[in-house]
Amino acid sequence: MMSWCQLGFQDAGSYFMEEFIYFHDFTMMIILGVLSYVVVFLVLGLVSGWVDSGFVEGQLIEFMWTIFPALILIQIAFPSLLLLYLIEDFSKSFLVCKVIGHQWYWSYEIKTESAEILASVDCYMLPREGAFGMRLLLTDEFLMLPINVPVRILVTSDDVIHSWTLPSLGIKGDAVPGRLNQLNVTLSRKAMFYGQCSEICGANHSFMPVMLMGVTSPQFFMWLDRL
Amino acid sequence: MSSGVEITRPEGAIPLAQKYSGLSEEEVKKRIIAYNPPADSRFPNQNQTKNCFQNYVDFQRCVRLRGEDYKPCQFFERNYKFLCPTGWIEKWDEQLENNTFPVKL
Repeated sequence: MMSWCQLGFQDAGSYFMEEFIYFHDFTMMIILGVLSYVVVFLVLGLVSGWVDSGFVEGQLIEFMWTIFPALILIQIAFPSLLLLYLIEDFSKSFLVCKVIGHQWYWSYEIKTESAEILASVDCYMLPREGAFGMRLLLTDEFLMLPINVPVRILVTSDDVIHSWTLPSLGIKGDAVPGRLNQLNVTLSRKAMFYGQCSEICGANHSFMPVMLMGVTSPQFFMWLDRL
Repeated sequence: MSSGVEITRPEGAIPLAQKYSGLSEEEVKKRIIAYNPPADSRFPNQNQTKNCFQNYVDFQRCVRLRGEDYKPCQFFERNYKFLCPTGWIEKWDEQLENNTFPVKL
């Protein structure tokens, strides 16, 4: 979860989020370099007081300031597209979890073992008094998923549009009634992850958080069996 | 068990924790999770609505054509049970009973 005055990303909870952070850092490095370059020349140009009235064109410089940014953009595009296609690879999932948005709570359905067991969990936000200082984030029940297992999450809604998101896992999917949106995630560590509904859905839109715990596979099945 | 959680288990089913007791985590991972509806190239993108609905329709057509005991029909049954939310399945089952299902089977 976020802490006070935090400006950067939360610690990554999934392998995809780690890659997103690396890509963000790489792109930010380029952005800051370009920004510094532009600001320096802008300031120099403003304070120098020298003006060349005969300078109306320059073929070489115009060529360079077209080609150089294009090369920078190509360099950004390669990892960007690589990540984009990587997160859309749905062929390797081992577990299917359905997320259904309601006004104003989330419910989860998990089937295992050839549809032998269906677990359905409804997660309501804890009121302020029961939230131990983490107001608007805690729920009475939470979803548990095994770590290091590719999970296929199918998001839909029972009434209006919601959005299911976990920033530390780098996933977000709109819950649209009548539609199944597929997300792919592999949790990388055992921890508690928090998120909040991200699409305006009525009076209690701010009060339907998402809470997910990453656990080992045996712990996941113990949870399913409620031992 | 909390009131917000429902577990539906067929009669005689062994609790999973008991079934997999004594196994290492790797062994549990290999055996469990078992089933994931295979990637269908007809539905390669994020929107899997048609994937769920098509498997349901294909299962209904399969059992009407070949009978309920025909094993290959279970492929479609497993797929739609894993993909489709329970509410959708119940709604479609009700439509089938009332003869208001929108597809000609």
